[in-house]
Amino acid sequence: MAINEETVKQVAKLAKLEIEEESIHAFTKEIDQIVDMVEQLEELDTEGVEGTYHGLPQKNVWREDKVQKGTDREELFKNVKTRKDGYIEVPAMFDNGGSEA
Amino acid sequence: MNFLDYTLEDLHEKLVNKEFTAVELMESVYENIEETDEKVGAFLTLNKEDALAAAREADEKGIDPDNVLSGLPVGIKDNISTKGVRTTAASKMLEDFVPVYDATVVEKLKQAGMISVGKLNMDEFAMGGSTENSALKITRNPWDLSKVPGGSSGGSAAAVAAGQVPVSLGSDTGGSIRQPASFTGLVGMKPTYGRVSRFGLIAFGSSLDQIGPFTRTVKDNALVLNAISGTDDRDGTSYRGETPDFTEGIDKGVKGLRIGVPKEYFHEDAKETEIVESVRKALDMYKKMGAEIVEVSLPHSKYGIPAYYIIASSEASSNLQRFDGIRYGYRSENIGSLEDIYVKSRSEGFGLEVKRRIMLGTFSLSSGFYDAHFKKAAQARTLIRQDFEKAFEDVDVLVAPTTTSTAFEIGGKIDDPLAMYMADVLTVPVNLAGVPSLSIPCGFSEDLPVGMQIIGKHFDEQTIYRAAYAYEQATDHLEKKPSFKGGE
Repeated sequence: MAINEETVKQVAKLAKLEIEEESIHAFTKEIDQIVDMVEQLEELDTEGVEGTYHGLPQKNVWREDKVQKGTDREELFKNVKTRKDGYIEVPAMFDNGGSEA
Repeated sequence: MNFLDYTLEDLHEKLVNKEFTAVELMESVYENIEETDEKVGAFLTLNKEDALAAAREADEKGIDPDNVLSGLPVGIKDNISTKGVRTTAASKMLEDFVPVYDATVVEKLKQAGMISVGKLNMDEFAMGGSTENSALKITRNPWDLSKVPGGSSGGSAAAVAAGQVPVSLGSDTGGSIRQPASFTGLVGMKPTYGRVSRFGLIAFGSSLDQIGPFTRTVKDNALVLNAISGTDDRDGTSYRGETPDFTEGIDKGVKGLRIGVPKEYFHEDAKETEIVESVRKALDMYKKMGAEIVEVSLPHSKYGIPAYYIIASSEASSNLQRFDGIRYGYRSENIGSLEDIYVKSRSEGFGLEVKRRIMLGTFSLSSGFYDAHFKKAAQARTLIRQDFEKAFEDVDVLVAPTTTSTAFEIGGKIDDPLAMYMADVLTVPVNLAGVPSLSIPCGFSEDLPVGMQIIGKHFDEQTIYRAAYAYEQATDHLEKKPSFKGGE
């Protein structure tokens, strides 16, 4: 088994996800099966093969450096849940709203 | 009016001859939806008032006799941004999200005179092959309501198959246009990567995603692809080359065309032998019509699924980081700190399949696994692309089944993610290679449609359409209509 519950918790932390304690066992099993499946690639000889990371071999696409009208600021706020004084409002970033960092 | 009886050109002619107005046409769309969507469940959002207003405007301006799409209705998959119209990607995360701009494809369809009637159901964030992963509703297959319509563009497929709309747009990252087209007896195109702008498409696997049309006929499909293709400054991966007229030479026939048959795509021992049989019959027809049939090999095909699930999930884990509960989308009520906004909003807002993919992707990109997973998959992708390039040195197109089964039962695979992934075996290599592929109906197995894909060289959709058109003209699959049987 390549994946255990500890790994799942660690990866979830990186992904900013929380897996509920009661489902972690089943979830781990599923992820383990999926990882097992993708690791079929191990048998493939890829010595010296360049990777393909893009959908088409097109590099350095430039545009003219000229000012264009962007989206209206008020428009962009339409999907914001909480705002204050023209900013997006979020809870205090540090404990007690302090700045010990 | 039932759209199952008309091509886009028929509708256009009737509009020009004033047999009906664009408003009447639009009203019939909503009547169709009213009549069948309770059973089918294709639409998530309707924008009736705006659509009728646009139709009125089209009537007042007069239908352009030289523009076949003018005044015609279209449905849009709900991961394609529509200004002022809710766009959810079928996720709780975006349940109340209203885009402030149109995707390029939507802009282009509007410029071509088409009118969007509403947004179509899908698997959440386009992850899935049955539309059962939608957080909002279940969509059923008009051919048998107890079956899935396929996915992830299941709503787009079901709406056209049910005759609600004559055309819809979907997106295809690993088969999400071709597989539902195959399950619902439609023509569905996954264009060459870069052919159609992705600007405004909610990103899943950015190096794989392409938008394409669902239609009943091959020529309709080419007409819509004409409208949505082209270079877009807002998408750096959009193709800088020329966009041809995809209908040009569509009726030239297949005499002398070299058709490759990839042996890895024909599983003779498959449970549903009628699928392979239908495609073999189609190949016989092609031979009779003067095409040459050549067996070819795509030896790395079996690595398609593992390479695809690593690459698509890795790209998804990165793309979906933007859903942080801050600027838009779902925000948990249950928060005490900034970290809570991220973690709780994402954990409550994403469904199970989306979480699986984010987890797999994050794992594959994490230090210690990057080389064995992501890098290895990228190398496998090169070998898969080279398989296609090599095959295309000798043949003009490849013909193969689109899927290994016809539409399956609702609930049949949803609890077995691995089985659901394996079902994509015949579609994902095309996305990894970036080549175009069109699925067209090629028969029936126990009254359910069977699909066959015609795969072409990069940016050679024209030859695909030519081959598909020749087959369509020589067969009568279109005469059979969905029954709306089954279900509760």
